[in-house]
Amino acid sequence: MAKKQDTTSVEAPIIDARIPAGPLAEKWSNYKAHQKLVNPSNKRRLDIIVIGTGLAGASAAASLAELGFNVLNFCIQDSPRRAHSIAAQGGINAAKNYQNDGDSVYRLFYDTIKGGDYRAREANVYRLAEVSNNIIDQCVAQGVPFAREYGGLLDNRSFGGAQVSRTFYAKGQTGQQLLLGAYSSLSRQIGKGAVKLYSRYEMLDVVIVDGRARGIIARNLVTGKTERFSAHAVVVGSGGYGNAFFLSTNAMTSNASAAIQIYKKGAYFANPAYAQIHPTCIPVHGEYQSKLTLMSESLRNDGRIWVPKKKEDAEAIRAGKLKPTDLKEDERDYYLERRYPAFGNLVPRDVASRAAKERCDAGFGVGNTGLAVYLDFSDSIKRHGEATIRARYGNLFQMYDKIVDENPYNTPMMIYPAIHYTMGGVWVDYELQTSIKGLFCIGEANFSDHGANRLGASALMQGLADGYFVLPYTIQNYLADQIQVPRLSTDLPEFEEADKAIKSKIEKIMKIQGDRTVDSIHRELGLVMWDFVGMGRTKEGLEHALEKIKEIRKTFWTKVYVPGQSVDMNSELEKALRVADFIEIGELMARDSLMREESCGGHFREEYQTPDGEALRNDEEFSFASCWKYNGEGEAPTLLKEPLEYEFVKRQQRNYKA
Amino acid sequence: MEKNINVTLKIWRQASPKVKGEFISYKMDNVPTDSSFLEMLDVLNERLLKERKEPVEFDHDCREGICGMCSLYINGHPHGKDGGTTTCQLHMRRFSNGETIVIEPFRSAAFPVIKDLRVDRSAFDKIIQSGGYVSVNTGGAQDGNAIPISKIDADEAMDAASCIGCGACVATCKNGSAMLFVAAKVSQLSLLPQGKVERAARAKAMVSKMDELGFGNCTNTGSCEAECPKSISISHIARLNREYLNAKFTD
Amino acid sequence: MWLIDSSIGRKLIMSITGVFLVLFLIFHGTMNFVVLFSADAYNAIAAFLGANWYALVGTKMLAIGFVVHIIYAIYLSYQNKKARGAVGYNVTSSQKSVEWTSQNMLVLGVIVVGFMVLHLIQFWSKMQWVELSHKMGLETSGDLALATDGAYWVKHYFENPIYSILYIVWLVALWLHLTHGIWSAMQTLGTSSNIWLPRIKVISNVLSTVIILLFISIPVYFLLGFNI
Repeated sequence: MAKKQDTTSVEAPIIDARIPAGPLAEKWSNYKAHQKLVNPSNKRRLDIIVIGTGLAGASAAASLAELGFNVLNFCIQDSPRRAHSIAAQGGINAAKNYQNDGDSVYRLFYDTIKGGDYRAREANVYRLAEVSNNIIDQCVAQGVPFAREYGGLLDNRSFGGAQVSRTFYAKGQTGQQLLLGAYSSLSRQIGKGAVKLYSRYEMLDVVIVDGRARGIIARNLVTGKTERFSAHAVVVGSGGYGNAFFLSTNAMTSNASAAIQIYKKGAYFANPAYAQIHPTCIPVHGEYQSKLTLMSESLRNDGRIWVPKKKEDAEAIRAGKLKPTDLKEDERDYYLERRYPAFGNLVPRDVASRAAKERCDAGFGVGNTGLAVYLDFSDSIKRHGEATIRARYGNLFQMYDKIVDENPYNTPMMIYPAIHYTMGGVWVDYELQTSIKGLFCIGEANFSDHGANRLGASALMQGLADGYFVLPYTIQNYLADQIQVPRLSTDLPEFEEADKAIKSKIEKIMKIQGDRTVDSIHRELGLVMWDFVGMGRTKEGLEHALEKIKEIRKTFWTKVYVPGQSVDMNSELEKALRVADFIEIGELMARDSLMREESCGGHFREEYQTPDGEALRNDEEFSFASCWKYNGEGEAPTLLKEPLEYEFVKRQQRNYKA
Repeated sequence: MEKNINVTLKIWRQASPKVKGEFISYKMDNVPTDSSFLEMLDVLNERLLKERKEPVEFDHDCREGICGMCSLYINGHPHGKDGGTTTCQLHMRRFSNGETIVIEPFRSAAFPVIKDLRVDRSAFDKIIQSGGYVSVNTGGAQDGNAIPISKIDADEAMDAASCIGCGACVATCKNGSAMLFVAAKVSQLSLLPQGKVERAARAKAMVSKMDELGFGNCTNTGSCEAECPKSISISHIARLNREYLNAKFTD
Repeated sequence: MWLIDSSIGRKLIMSITGVFLVLFLIFHGTMNFVVLFSADAYNAIAAFLGANWYALVGTKMLAIGFVVHIIYAIYLSYQNKKARGAVGYNVTSSQKSVEWTSQNMLVLGVIVVGFMVLHLIQFWSKMQWVELSHKMGLETSGDLALATDGAYWVKHYFENPIYSILYIVWLVALWLHLTHGIWSAMQTLGTSSNIWLPRIKVISNVLSTVIILLFISIPVYFLLGFNI
C-alpha cells in the first residue's frame, strides 16, 4: 500500500502561463508584433521533429516546412492521411458571421469559455476564436470541398452550445476533408524534401539535453528496431487519451504514450479529469466489441431525443414486446426539450450525456441493455422530406444501418454516450510550449483551449489553429535563440541512455511471458475507468478506482503475454507499450478527479450537483488548471496550479434552460 | 436478432516480405453475427495468444470506415462482397453458418506484403506528393466566400474527395491500376477554381508518378467503382483522361 | 514519348486505332449487306475498291492501325500482368456490375484475330490481293476473273454451313469486343461524365449490335437456306 497522498491540503505552487499583457483582443496581435523571429537563412539550419500527422501535426509540419525549417514528421499509421482527425464528422466552427445571425469573434470566444464551464484560459480561447476565420479561408484555398448553397457561397449548420449557425462542413466527413487538406499541404512539402516523413514509426521517448528537448527515440514498427532522431525542437501532436477506457470512439491505435513519456520526462500534465463523453454514439452491443462508433452531433440539428414516459413502456420495449414507433407522441418524454427549453436538443455534450445517463439509470432506457435512448427523425422527415434528410445525413444513416442492421429512416436510432475526446492533456503556456524548453504540444494532446468541456466542431478548429496559425509563430520565439546550436549527434550520452532505457523496457515486457493478453488487461482497465472515472464520479468510487488501477498495473507487469520478437513487426508489443501508458494516464485521471471536489463540464462529481442535477462548480477553490508533475516510478505526482483569472468574462453557472 | 454461426477461416500467413507465405485454416465456432469482421479476427487473435502463437497481423485503425487503414481481400473481394463498405464495417451477419472465408492481403506489384495481411501502400502517398495538392502556403488566403463555387461542382468535388486511399481499387483491378485513386484527386481539384490553376501540371505529374511506381494501365473494367467503399464513380477517370490529354496536347 | 511511356498515352493509341477500326467495320458491314440484295452491286463496290490508290492507302492505314492496336494490346496486357504482382489471389470474384467482356478483351481480341486470318485467306487474298499482285506483275495463283466476282466467293464459302457457323462465332466474339471497346474508347478519350457515362454505354451497345447485325445477316441468310 502506498501512503495516502492528500495533495490539496498543501498550498500548491503556482505556475505561470506567460500570457501577454494588454486588452484581450490585442494580446495576440501584440505578441506577434513583438516576438522574436528566425531569418530565412537560419531556418534552413534548424530541425523540428513533429509527432503525429493529424490536423494539428500535419498542419504544423506543413506550415513549418513552408517557412523554411527542416521538419521530421512521424506517424504510426502507414500514411499520414489516416490520423484519427479523419473520423471527425460534423464540422468546424468559425466566427465568419456569413449567416448574419449575430456571430462575432467575441461570441465564439464567449460560447467556448462558457461551454468549457469557465475552466479555460481566456487569452488562448480568444486567440482561437480570432484565427478561426483564417482557417476556413486557408482550407478553401487548399481545395477543401465545403458544403455550399445554390448561390455558391459556403453553407453553415448549427451545433451544440451555440445559438448561431457557425459550423462549416463537408457532408458528414468534415474531419476527413480538413485532414486531407492538411495532408495535401504536408505532401507538397514532403515532395519538395522539406519534410522527411516517417510512417509506421512510434515515438517512445523524448531526449532531453541540458534541460531542452533535443530529439526523440522512435520505434520502427516494421523492423521493430528503435531509432534516434535529433532536432532543435520537438512538437508533440499525438492526440488524446480516450482509449484508456478501452471502448471509446477513438481509433484503435490512438494512444497517450507520447504524452505520458514527456510527462515522465518533466512536462506537466494538466486537467486529466476532463474527458468528454459524447452523447450520440451507437450503444454497446456485445462482449467482443472493440470500439464504439460516434454518430455526428449534427444529427441533433434535426433529430429529437426521447425515452418512453412510462416505465412499463420502457420495459416492454427492452423485452422486445413493443416497438418505439408504437408509442404515441404523448407517451414520449423529450427530456432535453423538457429540461432545457432554450437549447433543447442542442445543449452541450456533457449536459446531453448526463441527461441520457440520468434517464437510463432511472429505468427509462431502451435497447436490450436498457442503456440507450432514442434519436428520432420522423418529425424532420415529415417536415423536410426524406430526400433532404438523406442529403444531410445519408452516410451516417447508412453507417448506423450497417452496424445495427436497422433502418433509421423507419425507426428511431438508439444512442448512448461514450468517451470521445479528452480536454485535459500536456500543460502548455501561451506559446504552446510545455514545461520542458523546446518541447511543444499541439492539438488534442495539449490541454489548452476547451476548459472542462469542448463544444462540438471546436476540436477541428483548435487542431488547425495550433498547427497553421499559432505554433509556426510561437516556436520561432524559442528557436530564435537556438540558431547557434549545431545539429546534435545522436551518439550523445543522453540519446544513448534514452535508447537503452527504451530497449530494456521492451525487453522487460517481452520477458514476462505471462498468461494475460494485452487486450484483456486493457479491457479490465477500461471497465474500471468507465464505472468509476466515467460520467458520474464519487469520492469512494475514485478511491476504489485508484486501488484497482494499482492492481491492474501489477497484473500488467507480472502477467502480460507478448509473443514473437521485439525486433520484428509485433502488434502485441505495440499495444502492450501503449497499455502500460494507459494505466498511468488512468491513474492520473482518477487522481485528478478525486482532487477536484466540484463538478464542471466533463467532470461530474455526484457529491457536487444542484438540486435539479446540474453541475455545481466551486469557483472559490477550484478555479485553476491542475498540473501534475511526475515524481518517479511509484511516487505520487505533485499538484501545481495555474490560476484561471477571468478578466473579461463574468463567471456564471452555465444555463441552457432559458 | 443476434445469433451465432460457425465459420472456417483460410488466412494468408507470411512472416516477412521475403519469405513465402501460405494459407492456414482456423475454425471459428459460435461467432456472434452482431460482431464485426475485425472483431471476429480479434477473437481469433485472442485464441492464438492463449495457444501461445503469434496473432494474425492485419491493418486497421478507426474501425468506422473512414481512415482507409483496413484492407483484406475477403472471398475474392476487397473489403468483402458488400459494396460501399470497408472491412471494418463488414459484419458477421453477412456470412452464413458453415461458410469458409478466404482472407488474403490486398495484392498488387505496387503493394508489397509486409507481414501476414499487412501491405505497404505508401505508393499512394508518393502519388499525392507528386502533385495532389493546391500550392498555397499557410496564410494569405483570400476570404472563403470570395469565389462562389456552384453547388453542383462543389458536390461533385466532394464525391471525388471522399476517397479514403485504402487501395481497394488497385487490389481488385485485374490490371493493378491506380486510376480511380489518381482520378479522384485530380477530379476534385480540377472541379474547384482553387485547383484549376495547376490542373495541367498536376495531371501530368500524378499520372507520370503512378506509371513510374508500377501501377497498370486502366482498361475501364469498372471493378474499382464496384468495389470502392466510397462508391467513387469512374466518370472521374474520364475527367482525369480529359485533363491529362488536354495538358499533353497544349504542351 | 508520352504515347509510349505514359499509361494514358498508350490508352489513347488503343482508343484511336480502335475508333478507326470501328469506322472501317461500319463501312465494311454496310458494303457486305448489299450482297443480300444485289450481287452485281456488291461486285461493283468491290471493283471500285479493288485497286484504286485511295483504297490502297486506306487499306495500308487500316493494316497499320490494326497492327498497332494488336501490339499495344499485347504490350498493355504484359504490363498489366506485371502490375498485378508475382503472387495471385486464391479466390477472385467480380461484382455483378462488372461486364465480363471488359475483363476479357484480350481473349476476345485473340479470337477475333484468329478468324481474321481465316477471313483474309478466304476473301482478301482472293480478291484485292490477286488484283494487286497482278497489277504489280507478280506471279499469282489466283484467278483474276474470280477476283472481281466477290459475290462468287461469298456464295462459295457460305454455302458450306460450317463456314457460316464459324463466321457467326467470330462475329459474336467481335460483338462482345465492341460492346466494351466502343464506350471504353470514349471513356479514355475523356468524353464521359456522370450524365454521359450511361448514355455512352447505351450508344456503344447499339452501335456494336448494328455493326454485327450487318455482318451476321449474311451467314444467317445462308444458314436459313436462302442463297444469293
